Amino acid sequence: MTRLTITKTPKVYVGGAFIRSESARTFPLRDAAGNFFANIPQCTRKDLRNAVEAAAKAGPGWAKRTPYNRGQIIYRLAEMLEARKADMADALRLGAAATSPRNGKARGRARPLSKSAAAREITATIDRLIHYAGWADKYEQVLGNVNPVASPHFNFTVTEPMGIIGLLAPEEAPLLALVSLIAPAITAGNTVVALASTAQPYPAILLGEMLATSDLPGGVVNLLTGFRKELVPTFATHTHLRAIAGVASAEERKQLKLAAADSVKRVKLTPAEEPVDWFSDKVEGVYEIRAHVEFKTIWHPIGA
Amino acid sequence: MATLTTEKSSHPTPRASGRPVPGLIFGDLWEYDPAPETADPKLKARYDLFIGGKFVAPASGKYFDSINPGNEKKLADIAHANAADVDAAYRAALQAYDGAWGKMAGRDRAKYIYRIARLLQDRAREFAVAETMDGGKPIKESRDFDVPMAAAHFFYHAGWADKLDYVAPGRRAAPLGVVGQVIPWNFPLLMLAWKIAPALAMGNCVVIKPAETTSITALKLAEIFQDAGLPPGVVNIVTGFGDTGAAVMTHPIAAKVAFTGSTEVGKIIMRSLAGTEKKMTMELGGKAANIVFDDAPLDQAVEGIVNGIFFNQGHVCCAGSRLLVQESVAADVLAKLKHRIEVLRVGDPLDKNTDVGAINSKEQLATIQRLVASGVKEGATLFQSPCKLPVRGYYFRPTIFSNVSMSHRIAREEIFGPVLSVLTFRTLEEAVEKANNTAYGLSAGVWTDKGSRILKLSTELKAGVVWANTFNKFDPASPFGGYKESGFGREGGRQGLFDYCKLA
Repeated sequence: MTRLTITKTPKVYVGGAFIRSESARTFPLRDAAGNFFANIPQCTRKDLRNAVEAAAKAGPGWAKRTPYNRGQIIYRLAEMLEARKADMADALRLGAAATSPRNGKARGRARPLSKSAAAREITATIDRLIHYAGWADKYEQVLGNVNPVASPHFNFTVTEPMGIIGLLAPEEAPLLALVSLIAPAITAGNTVVALASTAQPYPAILLGEMLATSDLPGGVVNLLTGFRKELVPTFATHTHLRAIAGVASAEERKQLKLAAADSVKRVKLTPAEEPVDWFSDKVEGVYEIRAHVEFKTIWHPIGA
Repeated sequence: MATLTTEKSSHPTPRASGRPVPGLIFGDLWEYDPAPETADPKLKARYDLFIGGKFVAPASGKYFDSINPGNEKKLADIAHANAADVDAAYRAALQAYDGAWGKMAGRDRAKYIYRIARLLQDRAREFAVAETMDGGKPIKESRDFDVPMAAAHFFYHAGWADKLDYVAPGRRAAPLGVVGQVIPWNFPLLMLAWKIAPALAMGNCVVIKPAETTSITALKLAEIFQDAGLPPGVVNIVTGFGDTGAAVMTHPIAAKVAFTGSTEVGKIIMRSLAGTEKKMTMELGGKAANIVFDDAPLDQAVEGIVNGIFFNQGHVCCAGSRLLVQESVAADVLAKLKHRIEVLRVGDPLDKNTDVGAINSKEQLATIQRLVASGVKEGATLFQSPCKLPVRGYYFRPTIFSNVSMSHRIAREEIFGPVLSVLTFRTLEEAVEKANNTAYGLSAGVWTDKGSRILKLSTELKAGVVWANTFNKFDPASPFGGYKESGFGREGGRQGLFDYCKLA
């Protein structure tokens, strides 16, 4: 007799805890063959606000960690992913669920990912994390300056995290793109609230489990699953989000930029209609970190 | 803190003559004779638009008056550019970008920008007088700060033009194309330099609109562009009101727009560009906290506070408009401040002795009056310098509000005038909390003798510029710009160059 397996209840990772949506709503995730796989939390505006609150609490502590410590924690996250490559490959190979990212309704057929394609996305993700782990204690030296002013002052420019950053992951590359957005933001000491791919949310559910075991303080990364149409307006208007980044459609970009003006939010959005090669090293590096910092310039007189 | 040494009073000892003791030794001993700056500002009766290297009349044929706020006399007619003029300016800029300027080697671009710096230095006094007449700022400020600093911005940025490879290590920096810029009236020539110099250094061409009350030095600088042989269309200057500014910000050719001005207008611009992919930088308002701890050298701090809020009549986005003073020294600091502002000389901006000049416009004077009235109404204690004000022109007495609470409008809203709100604190944590409790985040000041406390505060204060034991210092090599609703992007230094290029 074969053993009946225990199926996992997918929960999102918010504030260091695994939660269902406060609304108790879910949407079904089907595997590539169209069979029911699991119910995914359909996070609400309230879940988003709660996540922002968790990110706000974690913010000061994370920003005050030493860059060396932040680097080690991000490295540890890569270790966790490396150790669970097989699980993650299965998650990626569920394929693009046959649901619309806008409203969760069934549409079309899913495309399963090949084994090698899944493995490629995972190794690229691990390497991306290692890349940013190394930047944690270096970007300041590349981005900051001592400024030679024409007066007797010591003048220097340093970077500081912006605060809480809202991230919108694209539908494709559900692990690699999500991590490519999160990594530079947290390397710089920000905390994030990220909306995972709607069509392929399961890799984000697993990523949450890896974040939880990576020494990353709870609340630094908060992952939501759900529908963009429902959540993007709150990403746009929430005044505690100091910046919005990620991938968005033309309509979403306009909506986000309009509302961003109300609190002078920083906006760095990649058009969804232009394909991004997430495997390229062009999408990683110190200038991605730079997009998530503020510059502060300090003056002090030089004298006895 | 108790010490063994005898405390010295900062007041002079009574003199035998029986004369009453003045608050400050030089306070009332003699009257100053007028000392007007007499250099010729070489103004024209009429200023046209500067498009494609030539001065051209506006399409509408309309002009408006530029008024000297120091005496309300008309200085010149200024062209009012409409959308067609702005379009012509963008076309000229694009032509220059696709042509001479875009193809020019960086080291040649540098030479043109160096020339501009040098020619401006040559005509520094003339520009200073024009700036003071047009904007109302004291001649000592336009002469010693605005004009030399504007020249310094061109000189500094000129040297970057052939060093683009060092802007972003590991990546190649390329110009954006044509950039649209709108600047305010508080530092007309200096803001022009802040905007144009980095844009040109990085290889862009420019369409820029000065503020309607202060267009003259921009168009005088256009004369220098001609003298320098700057290729036609590299910089185009369109003058006018909000409608002209909107046309500059929303023109389809603009690859990037840069705005310095109020947070309110900044938000309107952001909304108007929401449907576009234009790059933006915003340098907006501020409500800076200037924090004085009990161990600070108080006399020095008082000078810094005065400079922080009364420099340029307080028409400074980074002005130290909220004084946070530690409770134990609050009375002392307030008394010193009152003495100090009583001897600030308010009046004719062209007088070399003038400390505080004219308010830039009638409208701005009304705004200041309205906010000061709200301060009185909400229960803060008003103190104003009893100085005499000129009969004609727009003037406002240096003003200090004490007993201000965080909820008062004068503690939250940008007044943009010579009005200081004084609040107190007991602990460092309270100072940080109060300083950061604002939608703005442009600048902050800290006064203390303790180095570790300066570094702690400079980390905790959410502001783009922190002045420790100094205030209102600027330099082309020093990045300037805000956190939160004070805007985004930086101007000056290596950081400022990023906002005028794209990384290949």
